[in-house]
Amino acid sequence: MKINKMLSTAAALTAFVIATPVLADEDAELVINGEIEIVTKTAAPAHLDGHLSEIMSGWRFRSDDTQAMEMDDFDNPGMLGAEAGFEQFETVMGSEGKSCMDCHDGVESLANVRPTYPKWNDDKEQVYTIQMQINDCLTERMGADAQKYDNSTMLNFEAALASVSRGMPVNVAIDGPAQSTWEQGKEMYYTRYGQLDLSCANCHEQNYGNMIRADHLSQGQINAFPAYRLKNAQLNGAHSRFKGCIRDTRGETFNAGSPEFVALELYVASRGNGLSVEGPSVRN
Amino acid sequence: MKRIATCLVALGLSTGAALAETAPGDVQFDDYGAIEASLTGTPGNAEEGRKILTTKSMGNCVSCHAADAYADVPFHGEVGPWLDGAGSRWSAAELRGLVVNAKMTFEGTVMPAFYKVDGFTRPGDAYTGKAAPADLPPILSAQQVEDVVAYLMTLTDE
Ligand code: HEC
Ligand code: HEC
Repeated sequence: MKINKMLSTAAALTAFVIATPVLADEDAELVINGEIEIVTKTAAPAHLDGHLSEIMSGWRFRSDDTQAMEMDDFDNPGMLGAEAGFEQFETVMGSEGKSCMDCHDGVESLANVRPTYPKWNDDKEQVYTIQMQINDCLTERMGADAQKYDNSTMLNFEAALASVSRGMPVNVAIDGPAQSTWEQGKEMYYTRYGQLDLSCANCHEQNYGNMIRADHLSQGQINAFPAYRLKNAQLNGAHSRFKGCIRDTRGETFNAGSPEFVALELYVASRGNGLSVEGPSVRN
Repeated sequence: MKRIATCLVALGLSTGAALAETAPGDVQFDDYGAIEASLTGTPGNAEEGRKILTTKSMGNCVSCHAADAYADVPFHGEVGPWLDGAGSRWSAAELRGLVVNAKMTFEGTVMPAFYKVDGFTRPGDAYTGKAAPADLPPILSAQQVEDVVAYLMTLTDE
């Protein structure tokens, strides 16, 4: 009896779709400035066996217009943040009279950073995000104040670092000393939060490609962060996005920079192992 | 009428069975997840139910379910099945069970429970991102559930 009902439901599902917003071209390919080839779809990493066979960047799920903005740096408002990040990199900050340039040979010399973070930090004996590392440089090496997590200075730094790694595959380590943090993040990904009782996986693994009201659900990947969102006209960090998604489950969120979100960032980043670094990206 | 009843209940002035509401914790499901008894004893208002179903700040069912029946409302979701014909596929008791807590019918479903107040991980205060108050209200009131059920019962196949 229940089976009959499910069958007729399935029949109802095949009916036509009404009033959907402009949809993405999920088969489009991303090349930035006519030269940087971005892998936006590839085979899933082995640890996702049984969950996903293919991984896709959120870019594939955006409208043609939003997709196009990311194809040329002059049209990508997130690149203004990256430029500011390059300037910050050369600016003397703090009591030691140093800029990042005193220790590093330019942002380009750090192209291995975005693809491999979050990453185990041996000295600090914990998994470090890029922003945690930047704060260590600011406070311990430069005598400058720490920046607040996901503030515009931080996101400019992150955008600059991402921009020089575009096209390189995300490749975060999930074994060794980082493994327990990775497992904590994995558990969070499958935890159903809030009064709506929804996990990241409910929306981004089970329902990517489907509309949830006016939003076209992506896989919730973070290979493209920081993301310039047209909605709030600024760069957004991955932790702020996580916060918004948990809030939308009618849940109590965690804070940007919290140990929980560091673990979740490592896990979500690892789900994108093999996609290209794409930030700063453009999203709606 | 509905307002008056709710106020009386809130003031603890409710008298007589007609105004008694079944609290979220007292709802009785059968083995298949259906709820035979009305939560309020007051028949649902289908027109109000349609509004609840299609309004973001209320049931927001439209965020996951599409239907020709409310084609005038923009942006139908695709996460759940189409709702046209739901009133023919299911009885009122079954629909009441689905709206109150669909997990009693479909184990592990992504559909949220609309008349449930505990058993959550990190429940929040609506969409503020802050912790829920100790007396977290259900997403829909008992009468709103009845209104939604009444509307779903009008979605019959012809
Ligand atoms: C109720 C559904 C829902 C849940 C649950 C949810 N999200 Fe999302 N998420 C969305 C929507 C809608 C968007 C915007 C469209 C898109 O990119 O998927 C989004 C976007 C994102 C993005 C941006 C992707 C991009 O390329 O711009 C990330 C990252 C993300 N979510 C991660 C998460 C994580 C991690 C969790 C769990 C903590 C989570 N989401 C839970 C609905 C949800
Ligand atoms: C987050 C997504 C989501 C929301 C919100 C949601 N539903 Fe559902 N609903 C589902 C899914 C998914 C199913 C299919 C059950 C399954 O297989 O898990 C379902 C099943 C149903 C069914 C049975 C389907 C049929 O016709 O046979 C009804 C009726 C229903 N929902 C009504 C509602 C109503 C009324 C609301 C709002 C008060 C609502 N839903 C909100 C996801 C949702």
